[in-house]
Amino acid sequence: MAPIRLEVVTPERLVLEEDADIVVARGADGDIGILHGHEPLITPLATGELMYRAGGEERHLAISGGFLEVRPDKIVVLADLAERSEEIDRDRAEQARQRAEAALTENRGTQLEAEAAASLQKALLRLRVAQQRRRHERPGPRTEA
Amino acid sequence: MASQREIKRRIRSIKNTAQITKAMQMVAASRMRRAQQQVTDTRAYAQHIRGIVADISRRSGADDHPLLTKRDGGRVEIVVLTPDRGLAGSLVVNMNREAVRLAERVGGDIRVVAVGRKGRDFALRMRWKLVAEFTNVGDHPEASVVGPVAQQILDDFENDAVDSVYLVYSEFVSTLRQTPRAVQLLPVVAPEQAEEDVPQLGGPWNYEPDDPQAVLSALLPRYIEFTMYQALLETKASEHSSRMVAMSNATDNANELASDLTLLANKARQAEITKEIAEISGAAEALRTG
Repeated sequence: MAPIRLEVVTPERLVLEEDADIVVARGADGDIGILHGHEPLITPLATGELMYRAGGEERHLAISGGFLEVRPDKIVVLADLAERSEEIDRDRAEQARQRAEAALTENRGTQLEAEAAASLQKALLRLRVAQQRRRHERPGPRTEA
Repeated sequence: MASQREIKRRIRSIKNTAQITKAMQMVAASRMRRAQQQVTDTRAYAQHIRGIVADISRRSGADDHPLLTKRDGGRVEIVVLTPDRGLAGSLVVNMNREAVRLAERVGGDIRVVAVGRKGRDFALRMRWKLVAEFTNVGDHPEASVVGPVAQQILDDFENDAVDSVYLVYSEFVSTLRQTPRAVQLLPVVAPEQAEEDVPQLGGPWNYEPDDPQAVLSALLPRYIEFTMYQALLETKASEHSSRMVAMSNATDNANELASDLTLLANKARQAEITKEIAEISGAAEALRTG
């Protein structure tokens, strides 16, 4: 299987540019997996995890909102925010989760509830993606080239 | 001729000023480099989001999206992105002039959203209606700082408080050149893209959900926010480079003035010595003859 070029960009920077065997993203209607030769597609992304496999290794990113642009040989993720798992500071992510939980309890039933829930969701996502880092050392099943 | 002591005091004071302007020049230079880098870093995102907006706005069923629909009526909102601080040469003046030109061109009922203190002050002086102000955005803003500004103008437009929204900012052309610009934010004018560029970008794409309206509703607010973020970074790069050049000129002028005054001080000292010699020799002559 030919690799597909994966590019992750945010308004602030180019986060990642790498060849991947498969990319799995969290679309607005559920997970979507993309291989080389996928038809051209544009779809909104939800807040969630983006996984790609390169060289038999699974790698993870935390993505919050944006768009997925698919070309036959290239995938471009236009994310509002994107962080690679190894970039995430686990302690700070944990603090962010606690803050978000406190904010949610405080604002329950008010207009701010949805916003607080969204930031809690983001904090949990970052924590989950940060945990994935350990798996990098253990190579996953190799895909046939 | 001024007294020696007076001239020396002025030289000291001018040299102090030169030291300060030199320091400001260095600070501005380092901030400028970082701001320029930030502008460069947005290019990848810019290229893709423009391509998508251009592609989708050409499709059928896209042209009646509320954020793309032109409205009659002259209620105009102007977002002015300006520095918080002065001492940046003619930058602020040029930007303010551009804002006035825009206001004259679009006419009607003007209201202003000011990002940066200089723009706010100017809007107040012009007696424009100031609806919101955002100051202290920092020298190297993150993308999230424009979120509330974008929310403000989207709300105003969607609640039918205004008919169009414009943005005034400064384009960073080079260290020596910054051009004030005025662009329309709302209703969104889709970026131009030649048909032959499309295959190169990989389009035409399929959209999921296959409903241009739904995709546009997610896409356009981001596009506006990003346009504003990029303009903010351009303005910051302009500000720092303009300040660097202004401070470099100020330092040069101060040094020139100090060297002119040093010459004057030396002349005054020489005149004093000549006068003393003349007096002494005059007195000696008087003693000898007397």
